[in-house]
Amino acid sequence: MKTLVWVEHEGGAVKDATLSAVTAAAKLGEVHLLVAGENVSGVADAAAKIAGVDKVHVADDAALGHALAENVAPLVVQLMADHDAFVAPATSNGKNLAPRVAALLDVMQISDILSVESEDTFTRPIYAGNAIATVKSKDAKKVITVRGTAFEKAASEGGSGTVEAVASTGDAGLSSFVGAEIAKLERPELTSAKVIVSGGRALKDGETFEQLIFPLADKLGAAVGASRAAVDAGYVPNDYQVGQTGKIVAPEVYIAIGISGAIQHLAGMKDSKTIIAINKDEDAPIFQVADIGLVGDLFKVVPELTEKL
Amino acid sequence: MKILVPVKRVIDYNVKPRVKADGTGVDLANVKMSMNPFDEIAVEEAIRLKEKGAATEVVAVSIGVAKAQETLRTALAMGADRAILIQTDDEVEPLGVAKLLAKVQEEEAAGLIILGKQAIDDDSNQTGQMLAALLGRPQGTFASKVEVEGDAVSVTREVDGGLETVKLTTPAIITTDLRLNEPRYASLPNIMKAKSKPLATKTPADYGVDISPRLETVSVAEPAKRSAGVKVADVDELVTKLQSMGVAA
Repeated sequence: MKTLVWVEHEGGAVKDATLSAVTAAAKLGEVHLLVAGENVSGVADAAAKIAGVDKVHVADDAALGHALAENVAPLVVQLMADHDAFVAPATSNGKNLAPRVAALLDVMQISDILSVESEDTFTRPIYAGNAIATVKSKDAKKVITVRGTAFEKAASEGGSGTVEAVASTGDAGLSSFVGAEIAKLERPELTSAKVIVSGGRALKDGETFEQLIFPLADKLGAAVGASRAAVDAGYVPNDYQVGQTGKIVAPEVYIAIGISGAIQHLAGMKDSKTIIAINKDEDAPIFQVADIGLVGDLFKVVPELTEKL
Repeated sequence: MKILVPVKRVIDYNVKPRVKADGTGVDLANVKMSMNPFDEIAVEEAIRLKEKGAATEVVAVSIGVAKAQETLRTALAMGADRAILIQTDDEVEPLGVAKLLAKVQEEEAAGLIILGKQAIDDDSNQTGQMLAALLGRPQGTFASKVEVEGDAVSVTREVDGGLETVKLTTPAIITTDLRLNEPRYASLPNIMKAKSKPLATKTPADYGVDISPRLETVSVAEPAKRSAGVKVADVDELVTKLQSMGVAA
């Protein structure tokens, strides 16, 4: 089986989620990559070095610059004439693109896979991860998105794929990129961090969140996350949200502070290796999944913890 | 401009799903069902656009069992003008739903189709993008802000790194994210009024669409369970634990 993995990249570098998608694709067969974008020859060279990659198709065109699905999907469809499976990371860009490709190929996509059981059978979470379905695809070609936390990252060095230019299919003329407000990352990225400190609604407001959570995260070299309630209340921006519809994380250590533990939040973090919960309510559902729990007033406990570390 | 709003009847947001003992699926017998929360946001957005004068009519569509009528009545009570139920007892996958919706759009010629970014049962996150592909129209997924500007629509999207804004020519497909709006509750008079709003019932065969599934569910299982661990008495004990895990110096 020949697979085509869509490479997500930013600022000239391959994003980590792509590496997990490569691992999943390698379980299906030969790994080809697609690097689409503007001025991406550097990305293509880096992608060719990913362990296990046979070939990198690179399409360089301004119309591909912002990963607009309307412009990238036709290019993928064209390449899929010679490939059997299209694989994308289940990131916001991957989730935007893959179903558009699937429909154009008349294929039912398999979203967010957790494992590859065979060439046509996969497991995936449903109902916010409260059930795991094993599904078998009857389509001749497969379209798959990959949950990053479920697969090891392929090594970013050691491969020697060939790089081949492909022509862009151009601008579909349907959509245009206007602008972005992308947060500058002062801390590790949520989806690849080893330690995450996450805050909930109990933090009271944005200022308190910042004063309590950020110093603790910095002491631990951790990324900062938040529950939906904290994001909805405006304490932190949307890109902090961990949960069913936010980011899915699985760090070594996840510290949940003032988070009660709604099933939608648990869906995003329950595969963390060790979960630590700090909450004043000893009956909070978060304690049912926590390895280590501390019942206490976070306004006292968190500063004390930060100081003692 | 007309707005089409596809809605799905799913297990209620607050219910914890249970896997059936025989591993064939999730037990939905006697479980509270509601409108998919993301679709509620879609209905709300469509109604707000109508209230602002950017839209003239809001049409809700659902594909599912007879009881999906209730979901459509909820949309009508919120303020949608009329509804279409494409009734089937079969489970319809996102690709089949997108094909049916594409047929509905051929008849309705809506300027915008607004739907939830994912349904909280199968968590697929596909239908909007697939529909856009089948119609050859642009897609604004994971929207947190929608502004209609003549025959274009500007959509601010929630992406991994923050927010991104794209401009789409209409007709366009928009999928909603959590922070687009806060859906209203239907008032009692509006619930009463909704009962007399038009609701057309069709079947997939009426549209000539083959909805036979492409994915076979081999089995459904409970995820590995986490068990509750230990409680520590104070911060010092927690610090010791963190040190022993190598997280703290």
